[in-house]
Amino acid sequence: MIAADRPVQRATDSKLLHADAAGRVRTLPRSSLLDLLSPGDVVVANDAATLPASLRGVHVEAGAAIEVRLAARASLASADVLRFQAIVFGAGDHRTRTEDRALPPPLEPGQKLQLGPLTAVIEQLLGHPRLIALRFDASAAEVWAGLARHGRPIQYAHMPEALQLWDVWTPIAAQPVAYEPPSAGFALDWQLLAALASKGIAFVTVTHAAGISSTGDPDLDQLLPFDEPYRIPPTTEAAIRRASREGHRVVAIGTTVVRALEHSAARFGAVVAGDGVADQRIGAQTRLRVVDAILSGTHEPGTSHYDLLRAFADESTLRCADQALDEGGFRTHEFGDSVLIFAANARTGRGASSPYTSRFLRAPDVVQESGRLSSAGRLVGCSS
Amino acid sequence: MQTDMQTPRVLITGGTSGLGLALVRELRARGARVAFVARTAERVAAVAREHAADGIVGDVAQKHDIHRIALQASGVLGGLDVLVNNASDLGPTPLALLGDTECEDFERALVTNVLGPFRLTKALLGSLAASAREGRGSVVLNISSDAAVNAYGGWGAYGSSKAALAHMTRIWNEEISSQGVKLLALDPGDMDTPMHALAIPDADRATLKQPRAAAVEIADAIADLLPTRSTVLRRAS
Repeated sequence: MIAADRPVQRATDSKLLHADAAGRVRTLPRSSLLDLLSPGDVVVANDAATLPASLRGVHVEAGAAIEVRLAARASLASADVLRFQAIVFGAGDHRTRTEDRALPPPLEPGQKLQLGPLTAVIEQLLGHPRLIALRFDASAAEVWAGLARHGRPIQYAHMPEALQLWDVWTPIAAQPVAYEPPSAGFALDWQLLAALASKGIAFVTVTHAAGISSTGDPDLDQLLPFDEPYRIPPTTEAAIRRASREGHRVVAIGTTVVRALEHSAARFGAVVAGDGVADQRIGAQTRLRVVDAILSGTHEPGTSHYDLLRAFADESTLRCADQALDEGGFRTHEFGDSVLIFAANARTGRGASSPYTSRFLRAPDVVQESGRLSSAGRLVGCSS
Repeated sequence: MQTDMQTPRVLITGGTSGLGLALVRELRARGARVAFVARTAERVAAVAREHAADGIVGDVAQKHDIHRIALQASGVLGGLDVLVNNASDLGPTPLALLGDTECEDFERALVTNVLGPFRLTKALLGSLAASAREGRGSVVLNISSDAAVNAYGGWGAYGSSKAALAHMTRIWNEEISSQGVKLLALDPGDMDTPMHALAIPDADRATLKQPRAAAVEIADAIADLLPTRSTVLRRAS
């Protein structure tokens, strides 16, 4: 795949790879997303805005330049911003690949970090020499002001240009609780939301503190994703309950939505409004209770995001999708193209009277029949 | 301070003088959680202290301040239900005929009175729509002027910019009402404010409306646009 190296959220030529419940894969323009949804479906997005979570500063005792990337906190509460988990880098910035970044000075509890206008103290190390619990020596209002003034969006070497907050806030960005953008939501705009409404498709949200995607350190990356607080509003619970009752589909915009909804459903038996902390990993062994389909960016095998897709599609479908992404010139990373994957046991999207589409539809005769789809998009032929 | 469903979270631009300051005072007195924006750090700190409001130092005419303001407001308030775009620029002072108006003065009026409210509303539209989805209600109130409607000589830059703001408000309200966000432009009337003194230094102040009275009317208008169960902003009658 090609790295998307410009911060354009909705390029006019954005592509969409669509894998249906039968495992058939085709490429479409992303503008055809609406056509793949049916009246009654519920689209759930993460409305978290992204914090400027990268803070340049100085390790006071060593007098050394550092970059602190805020990575987690205990809750979504607006006053609860004095304590964060954070990852510390040495001198340099995002233009150096994270795996090549200089190490910070040895970190110890009690050390002071001066981060622009904000002073922080290391409270403890969290099982890795660069993963710390820090406490800001400030009021909550001062932390918000300090982040607004001094913080920058976390970014990576594939995107040399310095990102601004407006680059990383989705159009629906609300409460600033994410550490990196819930970037599947870049595909949304107000025109699409209006079109969903007129087609009878519900649009609801969760607020989920999307965490950092990469640290450049294999041991640290093993710990990802960190625990992520989320909030499910009552209207979201109600819309999902209705869809479930009437046999409509729940389409998650992004991996964080899957994590929040499935966490709530695993805990309560169904999605229930309220606050929670998602601490589970989703992968091939996960039985999805709520979500029928995921719209996501394109992800490389080996990442936790890719693992999550395995809950939706089997190995042969994902292999086929990977091949299509490569051959189709799809662009990867947060500003890249999208995939829409329907779970193998997804509802059909035609309401309660329709039988569930199930795995047996992957029988060879159906795959042959699926050649008809090519009129609506290029059907990808995979040898599996 | 905890905010519950009944406590509207409000952001007011231009909150340290004139109508903006009167709105900070009025909405705080009615129990709203209030953040406000103004350019001068000392004034912001003083008003924040006096009214137990959250002060944000920023300039809505500066593109790079907009998302910082949005971040700080939605961060510190934990969301946003009401945005009042009040900060305004008069254009040339003393007022000038259009033929005598410097382009830079006209431009500054447009940036402060139209582009600034556009940018800030756009940056906070996600927060406002989230409030609407949660049933809290969601209102953008843009402060307009009778100069937006009537052709007063000398008010060319200001009047044109306020006319653009009022029209933008109507169009946006059409476009976004399906998401539950309501936009309204209101003319508070001729008030005894520092801006009015700049425009008409020799005005008879006794004939001018007090900002306090206009703030009461605007707070009532906001209360009318919020769901009926949000009773906090209503005047005790």
